[in-house]
Amino acid sequence: MENLLTVSNLSGGYYNQRVIKDISLNINRGDFLGIIGPNGSGKSTLLKLLTRVLPPQSGMIDLEGRDIFSLKLKDFCRRVAFVPQDTLIGFAFSVWEIVLMGRIPHLGRLQLEGRKDYQIAENALLLTDSFHLKEKNIDELSAGERQRVIIAKALTQEPILLFLDEPTAHLDIAHQIQILDLLKRLNRKNRLTIVMVLHDLNLASEYCDRLLLLSQGEVFRQGRVEEVLEYQSLEQVYKTLVVVKKNPITNNPFVFVVPQEKEIINRTARDKDNKRR
Amino acid sequence: MKTKLKFKIIFLFVVLLVTIFTAILLGAVDIPLTDIMLKENRPILILRLSRILLGALAGSGLAVSGIALQAILRNPLAEPYLLGTSSGAGLGAIIAIIGGVSTLLLPLAAFIGALLSVVVVYNLAKQGNKVPVQSLILSGVIVSITLSSIIMFLISFSGSEVLHGAIWWLWGSLQVFNFKLLFIVGVIVILGVILITILAQDLNAISIGEEEAIHLGIKIETVKKWLFFLTSLISAALVCICGIIGFVGLIVPHAMRLFVGPNHKILIPSTCLAAAIFMILADIISRSVFAPIEIPIGVVTALIGSPIFIILLKSRQRV
Repeated sequence: MENLLTVSNLSGGYYNQRVIKDISLNINRGDFLGIIGPNGSGKSTLLKLLTRVLPPQSGMIDLEGRDIFSLKLKDFCRRVAFVPQDTLIGFAFSVWEIVLMGRIPHLGRLQLEGRKDYQIAENALLLTDSFHLKEKNIDELSAGERQRVIIAKALTQEPILLFLDEPTAHLDIAHQIQILDLLKRLNRKNRLTIVMVLHDLNLASEYCDRLLLLSQGEVFRQGRVEEVLEYQSLEQVYKTLVVVKKNPITNNPFVFVVPQEKEIINRTARDKDNKRR
Repeated sequence: MKTKLKFKIIFLFVVLLVTIFTAILLGAVDIPLTDIMLKENRPILILRLSRILLGALAGSGLAVSGIALQAILRNPLAEPYLLGTSSGAGLGAIIAIIGGVSTLLLPLAAFIGALLSVVVVYNLAKQGNKVPVQSLILSGVIVSITLSSIIMFLISFSGSEVLHGAIWWLWGSLQVFNFKLLFIVGVIVILGVILITILAQDLNAISIGEEEAIHLGIKIETVKKWLFFLTSLISAALVCICGIIGFVGLIVPHAMRLFVGPNHKILIPSTCLAAAIFMILADIISRSVFAPIEIPIGVVTALIGSPIFIILLKSRQRV
């Protein structure tokens, strides 16, 4: 598989604080990588470092073999796009205006959008099932609709690599599945490489090809889903009792949580259950 | 939708022309339309035209500065004097009035006062090589309050003619007392507005969020520095020729966002037109309602501005 992004010995954080400590990882073209880990383990900070929002304290990030800081910011943003958890936009931009902003990295400062730009933006709206929202104002949309539009904006940048920070955090299960199915489709059909932070371990298990488990700013484990979602690692990192079984239909790992008050009674049952699998 | 926008801009153009025409005809002295071009009326015509020009400059300059700061701070209540230019200029002017310097040096004193206060505000807000917007708002407020209280302190020690001069400064006037100064200020304001217009796309991106703008390839710290510099220069230049005129930088951008939408490529030019209309109208009222007494234009803009603002606010809540 062709290597797209190489991170070597990356450290970084805010001011003098080191949140990410000496992380190395490889992202191949066509990957669907999930980043998981407890709150405060550095997931979002890692994404900020990888998308040039934060300057690293040390280490290298190479995109297609070139140091990302040697690229002009606009060149970088033509290859890499980002979707945040939730976007609150204070001004009443229309969906069409928001999606067209995805063309900014491709346009000169005084250049107006041309037919090609409109086509790309329309295409992105069609891909994300939000073409019918085109004329609406962004502040009139529901959370799920808004997230699809923000993904459409990111696609309008025509990236080869898409980062997402918990894109389904505020959505119900139907909308979560809708967004993740969409991402899966983009990954499979359009060969878009996707790196996504997810809180929900079971969604991560169903949708990602590979997982990266972060703990206190370091990589605790990385690899195929069933290699990372093991009860021993999860219990150690999350400090919580879990049982890992399989989704009866997809056969992917499924993580059950165990309430603390039943811990003593359940510890033996858990051991039995975890072994049975 | 595109044609609707064109109509709206043409509409603004027509209203501006009508307003300019009215402003030429109306004033303390009644001159019929047929006589305005006569040679003996030439001084009055020039006087009125210069006020129209200054009104248009002040309106567009302040409103476009307002737009830029509102976008950077993602707060529709930011106004062009946010960085302390108004109180800085006020203090500079009052020190000059008390010191009894010539009227030629007065604008210079105001300009220096305005720029100094911006430098202080900016450096107070700076953290490393970043300028967080929250600390900028805070330091702007603190510097403004401090300078305003120094102004009041100085006024309370001085005679009534200083007070009168000071009030003119603090509430603004479009009377042009020096054409060279008008020319210099005009060049600064027009260049500043053009440069801000060039940054329209960056403003669009920044108004949806700083990180979002970085992800679209905008170097936000550089763009922010440019915009702080340009808006300070524009408001400092304007404050030294026409004093402090409040409300234009707040209300016209707000109204235009409702009228043409938030896209800065369209918002900035249409706001220039609307702000020119607003200021010329306010000036007509200021010099003709109680003629020959002239009301400070800042009083008029605030008195027209606040009811409009309340109506906009209420009608928006209903939507």
